Amino acid sequence: MNRSTIDLWVGLFVAAGLLAVLFLALKVGNLTTFSAGDAYQIQAKFANIGGLKVRAPIKSAGVVVGRISDIRFDNDSYEAVVSMNVDGRYQFPRDTVAKILTSGLLGEQYVGLEAGGDGVMLKQGDRLRLTQSAVVLENLISQFLFNKAADGKDPKEDAKK
Amino acid sequence: MSGVGRFLQSLGRQVTDRIVRLGYAARFFAYMMLHSGTAFRRFHLTIREVFFSGVLSLIIILVSGLFVGMVLGLQGYDTLQRYGSSEALGVLVALSLVRELGPVVAGLLFASRAGSAITAEIGLMKATEQISAMEMMAVDPVARVVAPRFWGGVISMPLLAALFSAMGVFGGYLVGVQLIGVDEGSFWSQMQSAVDFRRDVMNGVIKSFVFGVAVSLIAVFEGFDAPPTAEGVSRATTRTVVTSSLAILALDFVLTALMFTGGTGS
Repeated sequence: MNRSTIDLWVGLFVAAGLLAVLFLALKVGNLTTFSAGDAYQIQAKFANIGGLKVRAPIKSAGVVVGRISDIRFDNDSYEAVVSMNVDGRYQFPRDTVAKILTSGLLGEQYVGLEAGGDGVMLKQGDRLRLTQSAVVLENLISQFLFNKAADGKDPKEDAKK
Repeated sequence: MSGVGRFLQSLGRQVTDRIVRLGYAARFFAYMMLHSGTAFRRFHLTIREVFFSGVLSLIIILVSGLFVGMVLGLQGYDTLQRYGSSEALGVLVALSLVRELGPVVAGLLFASRAGSAITAEIGLMKATEQISAMEMMAVDPVARVVAPRFWGGVISMPLLAALFSAMGVFGGYLVGVQLIGVDEGSFWSQMQSAVDFRRDVMNGVIKSFVFGVAVSLIAVFEGFDAPPTAEGVSRATTRTVVTSSLAILALDFVLTALMFTGGTGS
């Protein structure tokens, strides 16, 4: 086989390999969905973040508007401080509420933003005042059991019925 | 008593032989790196090797990738639907391919398809005294024969692994969406929200690059070090496949431990 044929095949091979990386980056990965270029960072304190993880989505009305960039523990207030990168295209009022929600019954956790009515918009470095912590399943169950006990019934008896 | 003595002696000899060979391989690697100039100045030599070890491995890589992806689709669906989360099939297929199976299986196939061929070729060149003839003509065989084969393998391997992963995702899509009927939108969107470019895709590329260096080095070294006999070449070829398969699996463990543990949560 002469040299130009080999060059042609190797060129095709390299192009196909780079296309495969591009496919993995754009179609399989999430390189396009959120670019950190024009993002601004806001922070929120939560009493309990449950299973929230770094890079989890931030949604408002169900639309992804950003990602969580950092989670750390504040040793003064004993609360979790969550830093969020919000896409610069989306502006939120200053009294926006941040809630930790779960997608589906067992799905991953995300931060939901509910816009308030303030005229002043959030900007880089601001801190959200109103937050709602994650729902912890154990607390829910224990509340339920205490309620049952307060009703004067034995929860075990109830379960048998 | 003398039996035990002989046993200890042979054990010690084997250990020191291994260590000496390892040292020789390291020296060989350093020498090859220093004499790789020719492989890049006369780049058509390297391109020829990319053709032989990369382009000619395409068929086996693409077909295996497709089947691995299809099997992942079937098995993953079977397990996930028990928990009512069959939409997560795309995540399972993509993550297992991009992080692990793509680089590792492509590396194993590359070692047995291209690595063995490189060892046999260099070993046979040595057995037929072509290497000595080059030395007679003041051509450095490491620069002219060995380095282009090494760099050809290093260039081919990440591209082959990426093609394997892409083909596997396509195979998983064929089985999951077209055959079983998982919702197409959630298949892709869950995949995209779970697979991170830098953390998953780039780490897979880095892995396959490291495997490419390891397999190519083992292949050229075993070929260059083979005794110049028919038996020697055949043994060297076997050793290439065995050693590089073990090296891939061991390196995979080390790289995975470095990349995916600790760090930033999740």
